[in-house]
Amino acid sequence: MELSQKTIHEINDLLEKKEVTVTEVTQSVVDRIAAVENKTAAYLNLQTEEALRAAGVIDEKLGEQKKRTPLEGIPYALKDNMCTQGILTTCASKMLYNFNPPYNAHVYDRLIEEGGILLGKTNMDEFAMGSSTENSAYKITHNPWDLSKVPGGSSGGSAVAVAADTAFYTLGSDTGGSIRQPASFCGVVGMKPTYGLVSRYGLVAFASSLDQIGPFTKDVEDCALVLNAIIGHDPKDSTSLNLEKKDYTQTLKQGVKGMKIGVAQAFFGEGLQPEVRKSLEDAIAVYKALGAEIVDVSFQYLDYALSAYYMISSAEASSNLARYDGIRYGYRAEEYDGLVDLYKKTRSQGFGEEVKRRIMLGTYALSSGYYDAYYKKAMQVRTLIKDDFNQVFDGCDVLLTPTAPTTAFGIGEKTSNPLEMYLTDIYTVPVNIAGIPGISIPCGLDNNGMPIGMQLLGPILSEETLLKVAWAFENEKGLKNLKAPLETEV
Amino acid sequence: MSLTREDVTYVANLARLEFSPDEVTALVDKMGAVLDYAQTLSELDTSAVKATEHVLAVQNVFREDVPKPCLTNEQALANAPESEAGCFKVPRVME
Repeated sequence: MELSQKTIHEINDLLEKKEVTVTEVTQSVVDRIAAVENKTAAYLNLQTEEALRAAGVIDEKLGEQKKRTPLEGIPYALKDNMCTQGILTTCASKMLYNFNPPYNAHVYDRLIEEGGILLGKTNMDEFAMGSSTENSAYKITHNPWDLSKVPGGSSGGSAVAVAADTAFYTLGSDTGGSIRQPASFCGVVGMKPTYGLVSRYGLVAFASSLDQIGPFTKDVEDCALVLNAIIGHDPKDSTSLNLEKKDYTQTLKQGVKGMKIGVAQAFFGEGLQPEVRKSLEDAIAVYKALGAEIVDVSFQYLDYALSAYYMISSAEASSNLARYDGIRYGYRAEEYDGLVDLYKKTRSQGFGEEVKRRIMLGTYALSSGYYDAYYKKAMQVRTLIKDDFNQVFDGCDVLLTPTAPTTAFGIGEKTSNPLEMYLTDIYTVPVNIAGIPGISIPCGLDNNGMPIGMQLLGPILSEETLLKVAWAFENEKGLKNLKAPLETEV
Repeated sequence: MSLTREDVTYVANLARLEFSPDEVTALVDKMGAVLDYAQTLSELDTSAVKATEHVLAVQNVFREDVPKPCLTNEQALANAPESEAGCFKVPRVME
């Protein structure tokens, strides 16, 4: 097994015993990138030379220093909507083709402090709007399990980098499923933490009341390690929660005996691929065998979540994206007639089709005469959905659902019908609306060998429980050693 | 309720976007489909329901009004398409 294929905690063991150096570890990933990146196209921007240089520096430091931190010297990548000073941050948009941030995202600063080695910035749907990474203005990212399939989105590049072993871990952002759905499509672990647990400072805003940063990793233990590093209060994000820091590895392996795992019919309805259903039923049986109690729970308003989500997220997006006007940074149209025309030409040329559609939708929902019927209504429905989850979690510790109704679909298959694309997020968006945490872990393969994802949801700040429940399944039945068959693809 | 070309053109101006006639046709169709789907919300009686802007009880966060280091003028202008005399430069606004 190549070093690049190992998990963070496996590499940590090797580094601890001084059996490998950080340079060897980094070189292994750099070699892997050279071998497969031309097939997967996960990255928008590579920093491999800088990464190797940083690895050398850390090796020298580790020679003298006794204790290393769990992410020190571990190569990782960031979704290209997180600001990195001195490194382009494009959001996969023509609008920010030349944007060099004057400051770092909080999470990037955290990982610099932890001694992480940045390999590059990953591809995404433009401004994180999309479910397949096909809305990138720059390139199409391919699913390593089948290169003709999408990786999911919007954090598709971050999911693929982990699945293809071209990064040990990555960060993504999740507004309506943008971490969990691509994690499911690519057979990796992806977590959306509770809203407010991870600072959004320096994350280019899409829908501010829904956006949250989280990790993609090869297994659940790694997820706990990365979460440990990125959580914490940040005075620069006024929605950042001021809590005592936790160590999520402490309770990870305690098991699920006596826990109540909820299953709701609302998540097993029409449109669910039969193999996904079967795989989830098998997972439920695994939990039963491990001593958990399976309880039926029900929702009243879940069917309205997707509508509410598209109104709220588009409305917030239309407001957040008003800042792209060609004045202070980013793209500016070459020819225009006066200031208003400069705005219009710049925005019409700089944004892609889906982004413009969402801005239009959001502007419409916020405009006079429609505000009450669409935006206000959606915010009220948000209350109903939040209460729905509260009532469900009165009866169970966690909720088990599919992450997405199907496994990864073909590149180009859903691009002509936005509504059909939006429906792929039907099981993930309610989570953002309620602000609760969710994790997607691989639980099986379909008949074509594509990964199936299981989603575990819990109440606000239940990350510890979610990781524990996820780890128990992975330990018993997990697919963490099953790798995307990338070598056989040409 | 169906979305008209006039609606699309009106909203486009609010959003500072412009579209070709073909793009307007496509938007009437695709944006209209999403709005029709969102119409399902109107089935619910929410007259007694409070709106949730934020899932957590977020309140204004204040700090002492003490000057702290911030971006320099040069850093702030570094990404500007056009700048002059330490300012962002825009086309003439008034004739």
